[in-house]
Amino acid sequence: MSQLFDLSLTRVRDLLRSGEVTAEAATAACLERIAATEPALDALLHVAGAAALDQARAMDASGPDASRPLWGVPVTVKDVLATEGLPTTCGSRILENFVPVYDAHCVSRLKEAGAIIIGKANMDEFAMGSSTENSAYKVTKNPWNTARVPGGSSGGSAASVAAGQCFASIGTDTGGSIRQPASFCGIVGLKPGYGRVSRRGLVAYGSSLDQAGPMTRTVADAALVLQVIAGHDPKDSTSIDAPVPDYLEAIQGASLKGLRLGLPEQYWGEGLSAEVDAACRGAVDLAASLGAEIVPVSLPHTEYAIATYYILAMAEASSNLARFDGVRYGRRSTKSVDLATMYTRSRCEGFGEEVMRRIMLGTYVLSAGYYDAYYKKAAQVRRLIRQDFLNALGKCDLICGPACPTTAFAIGENTADPLQMYLTDIFTISLNLSGLPGMSLPVGLGRDTGMPVGLQLFAGNLQEAPLLAAAAVLEANLPAMPAPPIA
Amino acid sequence: MKISPEKALAIATLARLEISPEQAVTLGSQMDDILGYMDKLNELDTADVEPMYTPVDQPGALRADEVSREFSRAQILKNAPETDGQYFIVPRIV
Repeated sequence: MSQLFDLSLTRVRDLLRSGEVTAEAATAACLERIAATEPALDALLHVAGAAALDQARAMDASGPDASRPLWGVPVTVKDVLATEGLPTTCGSRILENFVPVYDAHCVSRLKEAGAIIIGKANMDEFAMGSSTENSAYKVTKNPWNTARVPGGSSGGSAASVAAGQCFASIGTDTGGSIRQPASFCGIVGLKPGYGRVSRRGLVAYGSSLDQAGPMTRTVADAALVLQVIAGHDPKDSTSIDAPVPDYLEAIQGASLKGLRLGLPEQYWGEGLSAEVDAACRGAVDLAASLGAEIVPVSLPHTEYAIATYYILAMAEASSNLARFDGVRYGRRSTKSVDLATMYTRSRCEGFGEEVMRRIMLGTYVLSAGYYDAYYKKAAQVRRLIRQDFLNALGKCDLICGPACPTTAFAIGENTADPLQMYLTDIFTISLNLSGLPGMSLPVGLGRDTGMPVGLQLFAGNLQEAPLLAAAAVLEANLPAMPAPPIA
Repeated sequence: MKISPEKALAIATLARLEISPEQAVTLGSQMDDILGYMDKLNELDTADVEPMYTPVDQPGALRADEVSREFSRAQILKNAPETDGQYFIVPRIV
């Protein structure tokens, strides 16, 4: 029998509900797992051990509550999401001592649903990175091979879920930061459509791109977590006021028969490693054998996506990160005599190199004389990229391609050249520009590196349910993913 | 070369960042590489394309503006580097 920490969220939820497992036992199992694996992984920035156990005991005292879908389930959340009374650093020195006085909307939703927040997950500083090597605190390692990165920026969340430290984590995805680490760590990662989950309390990086979503070990788990965190929030003006379907019901008895699966030619050619190509094509062949119709589609502006994304994201970041000035919260330099040097020195002492680089690039592309050439131009190309998706989705129901060109790369492999690191985001980045939902599903291990491979599925606006349904069918018919070889 | 070390220093000033002359050389050259890559967008004719600044179809939906007291003064000041219990304190301005 599996150990408690190995179980899926939906399974442990059922055991908690029936009283076969107590909230305290589930929490203790995760905390023990954290103690056993953290020395090798460095996935978490903060562990709420005693408080989580106290909360679990109090919940056990009043007994299971079937009206709360995550009753007693220990989860972690990325450290970019505000948690009342728990440090929220965004992986940055500038927020080293910041303890929010409120919860992010999705964190409130988790708590209302009965989840127990047991830790805050490591991340690239302010979500700027693709490997979790840009955290000011520690470098998270991949549970499948600790010499490799877990991906990023939600690398701590991905590693913590893959290693069994928690039953789910909430990550955020601005250019692939849920899907790419999910792919690298062999778990499920869902980026909901823009506006499906409130961004209130998600410390902003690229406001028109950021979206929080579930990172879990199974598709049903992702459906369950999305059910809890999705929905309208009047305090986020970009939150969509649309009904939230029953995602768990949508995946029950789902079928691929007659589903048109679109394969964009730009995602299946040059630059794709042989092992990723083989694993993803195997999953597509499986889909075809289960009745899906494979349709060739084209996303012709894919080659422009990285340039478009980084211009827009850096512009938005330079504006968003102006709030860190050492006045109301965050680090203040003690080496300042006047207000202007206080701002400047506080920011320089607090921000890491990649954050400074992006703020400067963003400042440049928004500055007088360059705004039209860079920022406006990128916003125009963004519309072309979105139109590509809408055109493709006119010919198919879901778009399908690899999540990343390679499996997880080695720690240190891409740190010397920032542009080289940006180029690894090629398959995830367009989706954020479009605002549409997408997810990464583990489809096996690469034959050369033995590291997990993720297949991405993209859907139309508000089509998270069919996305989850198709992923659930594939998951049920693929060989089960083994557990990562971490002690 | 678009971003000379001098230009990098000027951009840093605009962004309220302070960088050393050595950093200006490295950052300037990295920014040059990155901006050079971004020039790729000029291959596309976008004269007739409306810019897309957000994926939201109808941005700007506002809720009713209702006064509520969600936080106490003490909570709001809790994370401040320096306060007098009433206000945020900053270095002398005038």
